[in-house]
Amino acid sequence: MNASRGCIKVKDLNFYYGPLHVLKNISMTIEPHQIVAMIGPSGCGKSTLIRVFNRMNDLIPGSRVEGEVTIDEMDIYDKDLDVVSLRRRVGMVFQKSTPFPKSIYDNIAYGLRIVGIKDHRILNEVVEKSLRRAALWDEVKDHLNKSAMSLSGGQQQRLCIARAIAVDPEIILMDEPCSALDPIATARIEELMGDLKDEYTIVIVTHNMQQAARVSDKTAFLMHGQIIEFSKTTDFFTNPSNKITEDYITGRFG
Amino acid sequence: MKELIHQSFERTRARRAIWDKAMVFVLTLCAISVLFILFNILTHLFIQGISSLNWDFFTHLPKPVGEKGGGMANAIAGTLTLLGLSVCVGVPVGLGTGVYLSEYAHLRFAQTVRFVSDVMNGIPSIVYGIFAYIVCVLPMKGFSALSGGFALGIMMIPMISRTSEQFVRMVPNQLREAALALGIPKWRVTLDIVIPSALAGITTGVMVSLARVAGETAPLLFTAFGNHYWQRSLTEPIAVLPLQVFTYAISPFDDWHRQAWAGAIVLILIVLMINGWAQYYVMCRGRWSSGK
Repeated sequence: MNASRGCIKVKDLNFYYGPLHVLKNISMTIEPHQIVAMIGPSGCGKSTLIRVFNRMNDLIPGSRVEGEVTIDEMDIYDKDLDVVSLRRRVGMVFQKSTPFPKSIYDNIAYGLRIVGIKDHRILNEVVEKSLRRAALWDEVKDHLNKSAMSLSGGQQQRLCIARAIAVDPEIILMDEPCSALDPIATARIEELMGDLKDEYTIVIVTHNMQQAARVSDKTAFLMHGQIIEFSKTTDFFTNPSNKITEDYITGRFG
Repeated sequence: MKELIHQSFERTRARRAIWDKAMVFVLTLCAISVLFILFNILTHLFIQGISSLNWDFFTHLPKPVGEKGGGMANAIAGTLTLLGLSVCVGVPVGLGTGVYLSEYAHLRFAQTVRFVSDVMNGIPSIVYGIFAYIVCVLPMKGFSALSGGFALGIMMIPMISRTSEQFVRMVPNQLREAALALGIPKWRVTLDIVIPSALAGITTGVMVSLARVAGETAPLLFTAFGNHYWQRSLTEPIAVLPLQVFTYAISPFDDWHRQAWAGAIVLILIVLMINGWAQYYVMCRGRWSSGK
């Protein structure tokens, strides 16, 4: 597998919702096979930033992007780019788990069936592999045909991760994936992220600074749409180079 | 100051209590009168019609005046046929419009279409009959089941489009985003995720509209027209319960009056059955999507 698979480069990115200037002059490089955490106060633009990477913001009327964002040297805001194939390469897991109103099996097989894969052996194999990868297989293997809605919140979130992995992306974006989960379910997801790192680049938005410190290789701190600090997580939390960062992580505001 | 507020509060206490009681009383009365009206209609129907409601009623054709017995088998079958035809017209167009309005339409255009649907909902049903007469009956040179189904079908369109739009809109946006983020093209997301999520609501809307058109008489007067025999094809006039009830009710014969009452009972039963089935379906669907 190509070593540079899943590298995100952002250069002078500006993002607007109508007259609102949400992201200001963002430049950053996210290396392959790393976990990058985005932290910052509510409304600072961290969710908007990760939604730039799979062009989810396209859905919002009046949004506008300036600057350059490339994934593996490919300009993702090129006007000839096929958004659907971009989103196949950049998976996403949302704050609220979003199982489709289908069975557990069909939730995962859906992304494959849509591109015309009908062979049951392949589907079975991918479903099992993805569920195993998401550490959910043992809990659901005996009732794959049950509604995905019957799973617990933590299981649903792992199902969403399995679903994202099933289509073989390079990058997985996670928008506060644990904020609705209890500590045990959270621990499982965090553990899972560590396992997934060797195959995928992971970008996670979190409000939980301990979580950022625990799981990530690098941490970015955003405020008012700007990157205040972006450095190795160990340095970030032990020796922040910026006074604002220090105030934020020590809980003096935010 | 505090004293004053406290005193006024005490002074008005009795009056407030009376108003409170009076309001509850009036509202309860309203609720009871609704039940009373429905109960009255049903008992009246049953008392008058139950004597004619027997096996023959469901299996026999109407008898000529003077002859005892006979039934409305052809009208019952006719009503079901027309409902089937109207679903074929109303559901695809109505559902399509609703989904389009919720998922794709620009604000301005959606508002226009919504306004037009509301206006269509308010058009007296006989006007739909005239419309179907002009576009169906005249070109086909004859009354027919098809034209009746068409008239009822276009009546259903605005009802179905409004309800399905509302229910499709209620599907959480996160679900759409999750599917799009998986690299699913938008049309597939709409078809595979959004519509199934709203299916319970959409079905209810269709059933309600079916129940409403099942009792329509006016638009069928010059489209389906009625028939005393079994119709042999959809291009012939067809017997329908409301029409049969109407014809029998205005006739001078006691025997026919009783049959009209029985016809009305059957009509209500059909509507109840449609609604009951819809409720059951929605319940099952809900159970599946809430995972129990």
